[in-house]
Amino acid sequence: MTNKFLLSGNEAVAEASLDAGVSLGTGYPGTPSTEILEHFAEIGGKAQWSPNEKVALEVGVGAAYGKARAIVTMKHVGLNVAADPFFTAAYTGVDGGLVIVSADDPGMSSSQNEQDNRHLAEAAEIPMLEPSDSQEAYDFTVKGFELSEKWKIPVLLRMTTRICHSKTIVEKKIRPSKGYSNLKFVKDLRGKVMIPSNARPAHLRLREKIAELAEFNEESFFNKVEKGLIDTGIITSGISYQYAKEAEPDAGILKLGMTYPLPFDKIRSFAGKYKRCIVIEEGDPYLFKSIMAAGIEVEGKHDIFRLGELNLKRVRKILAGENTSEEIPPCGKAPQLCPGCPHKTVYEALKKLGCTVPGDIGCYSLGTLPPYEAMDTLLCMGAGITVGLGLRHILPEEKAMKVVSVIGDSTFIHSGITGLVDMVYNRPPTGHVVIILDNNTTAMTGLQEHPGSGRDIMHNPSHQVKIEDISRAIGIENVDVVDMLKNPEEIEKIITKRLSEKKTSVIIARRPCVLSVKLKAKI
Amino acid sequence: MNDTINIVIAGIGGQGVIKASDILSEAAFTAGYDVKKSEIHGMSQRGGSVTSDVRFAKKVFSPTVPPGEADFLVVLADDQVEINCHLLKKGGKLITSKDIDLSKIPNPKTLNTALLGALSSFIGIPLKNWEEAIRKLLPPKSTDMNIEAFNMGRKQ
Repeated sequence: MTNKFLLSGNEAVAEASLDAGVSLGTGYPGTPSTEILEHFAEIGGKAQWSPNEKVALEVGVGAAYGKARAIVTMKHVGLNVAADPFFTAAYTGVDGGLVIVSADDPGMSSSQNEQDNRHLAEAAEIPMLEPSDSQEAYDFTVKGFELSEKWKIPVLLRMTTRICHSKTIVEKKIRPSKGYSNLKFVKDLRGKVMIPSNARPAHLRLREKIAELAEFNEESFFNKVEKGLIDTGIITSGISYQYAKEAEPDAGILKLGMTYPLPFDKIRSFAGKYKRCIVIEEGDPYLFKSIMAAGIEVEGKHDIFRLGELNLKRVRKILAGENTSEEIPPCGKAPQLCPGCPHKTVYEALKKLGCTVPGDIGCYSLGTLPPYEAMDTLLCMGAGITVGLGLRHILPEEKAMKVVSVIGDSTFIHSGITGLVDMVYNRPPTGHVVIILDNNTTAMTGLQEHPGSGRDIMHNPSHQVKIEDISRAIGIENVDVVDMLKNPEEIEKIITKRLSEKKTSVIIARRPCVLSVKLKAKI
Repeated sequence: MNDTINIVIAGIGGQGVIKASDILSEAAFTAGYDVKKSEIHGMSQRGGSVTSDVRFAKKVFSPTVPPGEADFLVVLADDQVEINCHLLKKGGKLITSKDIDLSKIPNPKTLNTALLGALSSFIGIPLKNWEEAIRKLLPPKSTDMNIEAFNMGRKQ
């Protein structure tokens, strides 16, 4: 039987996790990372959606403290949410294997920013692997666990949209593991309890590990040198390798698979062989700056190539030293709220009532597009509620009383609850009105379950966290639930009423997503 | 790298653009080619424009087809032709619903496989690999209908 498969990078990470004997996978859905955990669950791995990325990482760290192998997945901005445990888990290290996947979205196909999370690996001093296709996504995941266990440190697997979602051929070279049986927690107060007196020596130990890893990386499996036929050398990593290889097949190439800590001797020796040595990388000049700071002379790219994705055409331009303005491709049809989507009625009402609407992240972000143009801000997960509070605090009363925050059900569970706590604790003089657009799923990322939906990652029943119960328990004065299937006309009336009162109000506009209803019919 | 076949499939979310590119890549894969396929997920269910790139050859590097270098552009929605035609290379082949007899396809939902049929007569992937890919990637109850649509498209 053939051992070759056509897999997306995300599927490859999931398959590798299963083959490497991962005991637990956690994460929060987010394009382009979502399919890793979904596929891991489908093929029989133990996987769970967490309420948010911080929770996911902490649960993963706990599993890895108990000598298990754990994988934690999120999109790039999710790592901001999980940054707190991320930075300190580097200090404590792990007893098992912990691979954290950051799926970055250069070009922002489905994100609010295009931050380059390679900086976070360096900032947190966590070793980083960057696969350049699905084969490497598979191999680096397996090797990532070995690395994590050997050095007792979390490993960041940094992927990008094109690696996550492109399908390429994967050959499985390892025999599937049967999982780990020696799971136990070993008491180690100095190693695991990061009070300052323990954290100071822990940081020193981390520096020592990183120094050892840098030495290991000089000859590691992760980096490959390809000899060229011309006097140009290219230093590259991730998807950029594919473009560079195709744009200049005759150049010498140093493909870096482990990009923190960098193998500077290898880089110096490679760069020294070529008259021209150029760094081809997507996003920020991370490699370029690091290499130059090490005193190795290399050529970088023009700043315009820092924005957006690279592609073959852009890499040809970088190699040619061009920085001419780029062709803007014709604009396609923008996505829209689906026919029958319950969010539409809410936006029609908000538009009609002339509300100022701090919004949030999800399908309902589409309410900012015509014909509604009714969502006024989008910052990050959960900020719909809190930006609304800021406005309520400072605007003159008449304007403040027009502010209505909107947030989805999954986003509310992710990071809206603390905003609601602030709403009652630091109550604006005019109170506030929050509409929770509850379609009973994480719709935008492809209908993932969450604690509010009451079903687990495989759509099986689980405990349901009720949004109205949370709101009441926090002390919100008015909690209304509007059935958007039976009584959609109610929503305008109730918004109008609550806006006229100086109270704290949560209006739950509830109707299952039309796509999730179709999905459920299929299951 | 001149032997690489570059194909872009375009349409609107919900039309089966991604499914079509999955079938095409699977067929090329089982026929023994190196294959890469790429698209942007996330918005595809919301009625927005969707494109998916498939490249196959003995060895493929970039997973995306550079604009202006597609050998074939298969468009499922007529209103998506104009915005995507810049992807096609000079002398490249555009395949649209006009290339097939819409009255003969068994179901409007099989437009994607019918257009793959039309594409299949230009590229050297054996018929059995196409059929296997359709059987593997579509639900059993709709495979016969899709194979019929595929064959109808291929004959045009």
